[in-house]
Amino acid sequence: MEINFNSPFFKILRQIVFYLFLAALWQILFNLKFWPRYLFPSPGQVFETLIYGFRDKTFLIAIGISLKRLLIGYGISMVFGTTLGLLIGKIKFLDETVGGFLVGLQTLPSICWLPLAILWFGLNESAITFVVVMGSLFSITMATDSGVKNIQPIYLRAGLTMGATGMRLFTHVVLPAALPQVLIGLKQGWSFAWRSLMAGEILFVSMGLGHLLNVGRELNDMSQVIAVMIVMVMMGVFMELLVFGTAERRVRQIWGLERQ
Amino acid sequence: MRVVLKRVHKSFKQKGQQVQALHDINFSVEEGEFICVIGPSGCGKSTLISLIAGLEFPDSGQVFVDDKIVEGPSKDRLVVFQEAALFPWLTVLANVEFGLKIAGVNQTQRRDCALEAIKMVHLSRFVNSHPHELSGGMKQRAALARAIVMDPKILLMDEPFAALDAQTRQMLQEELQELWQKTKKTILFVTHNVREATFLSDRVFEITARPGTIKKEYLISIPRPRREQDPHLLAVQTTIMGSLKDEIEKVAKQELDIDYEISKTGVVTPVDRNLGSNI
Ligand SMILES: Nc1ncnc2c1ncn2[C@@H]1O[C@H](COP(=O)(O)OP(=O)(O)OP(=O)(O)O)[C@@H](O)[C@H]1O
Ligand SMILES: [Mg+2]
Repeated sequence: MEINFNSPFFKILRQIVFYLFLAALWQILFNLKFWPRYLFPSPGQVFETLIYGFRDKTFLIAIGISLKRLLIGYGISMVFGTTLGLLIGKIKFLDETVGGFLVGLQTLPSICWLPLAILWFGLNESAITFVVVMGSLFSITMATDSGVKNIQPIYLRAGLTMGATGMRLFTHVVLPAALPQVLIGLKQGWSFAWRSLMAGEILFVSMGLGHLLNVGRELNDMSQVIAVMIVMVMMGVFMELLVFGTAERRVRQIWGLERQ
Repeated sequence: MRVVLKRVHKSFKQKGQQVQALHDINFSVEEGEFICVIGPSGCGKSTLISLIAGLEFPDSGQVFVDDKIVEGPSKDRLVVFQEAALFPWLTVLANVEFGLKIAGVNQTQRRDCALEAIKMVHLSRFVNSHPHELSGGMKQRAALARAIVMDPKILLMDEPFAALDAQTRQMLQEELQELWQKTKKTILFVTHNVREATFLSDRVFEITARPGTIKKEYLISIPRPRREQDPHLLAVQTTIMGSLKDEIEKVAKQELDIDYEISKTGVVTPVDRNLGSNI
């Protein structure tokens, strides 16, 4: 019998082996005792913290709170970012004015908006939403803008001759033609939103995963710090796999950029 | 529908320089005529199509369709573009339905029309495929279906079969001829293949190298259906090719400079321009 090492089964097996290898390496480093135990916990300890955190629901609650903040902020960015990007991409006047301004704003790390947000909104949810929006809005806008500008003129010309003008050209040609780029912007926006949220939570705002991370530091509880970090990584991976990865793959298949 | 061009000039800006694409173009096309436009690469054939389609406007002179100046694109004048212009995000069916959908035709009706047009170009097996799953020939068939489903009065075809192999090209030419005989549409067909032009059209306009002007007009009054090997057809082809050769050499001088010197010795022939070499 021939064994196909490229099958999904072997792919997953390879990945499992890789992570086991990492854990083993970690365990060895722990056993060598280079660093004091409280600074460098064993994989077992971290695993225990993870189990414990999920069982007494502190992790679940923190995940829930962070996700809620993220979804609100990101949702706002998504709606305004794509709209703004489409407008800038299509209207020359906006491109010259707002477009240039946004390039400048985008260079500002989103956490720099926190002091301003706190003065404006106080130490509350609005402030963190504001920071998340500021973190993700511009990258979504810029990607959408460049998506619109990079549409092959031939599609617009074809649409025009078939009677699609104005708003209908926009919804039936511009929007779908820009979709692959918009999707890239949305994905990037998500990761920026996530980073902004964590920065905000660590610095100021109570509850949420970032806060949990900070509590770990204050209690000198290294295994909590690492456990929370693992949770964050896993959430990012899940989001990538379930939402953006799937959507991107689908679009690439339809456009014929990737074989099924 | 009549198409009339009067003293049409068109130039483009390229790297700050003015490039004249079309120079003093005058012609008229009668309703139901099949016209081929032939000329060397870069002489302004696609520009001519764009002007009639209403996608570009002349610097001076006028383009009339049915005695009205062309002010923009219209569903009466559809284009089968030189490059594949099918929307990659839509299936063949949705691509063909596109124009009807925009026009507000209801779903069942536009589906029926689209399926019929797709059948006419023999693509029924691929209605649910996306453009990237089609071969070059099938893409051009789909593009043709997308245009004829709208029942335009004028069909503007910009080298639609240029990228196809000889057999597929031959087949599509015969089908187009049939389609034209059935529907009696006015067709303006751009090509730089002499054999194709003479096989298909009532009249052939020959355009000179840039700036493009109409050099000659050939009347092809051979009855249809035409045979490839018709001696009259071959005779006209020889005449046109002789005339076209001068223009192609002009282009070679314009574009290839040094290479052209070599070509005089007979080493280089212009490979990217098919001047009917498959006769
Ligand atoms: N949008 C444009 N901007 C600048 N220059 C252009 C533009 N469109 C066409 N041109 C120039 O005008 C001339 C004619 O171009 P056109 O595409 O009409 O040629 P063509 O006869 O269709 O050539 P081919 O047989 O290679 O398709 C060329 O020199 C080209 O560089
Ligand atoms: Mg052309």
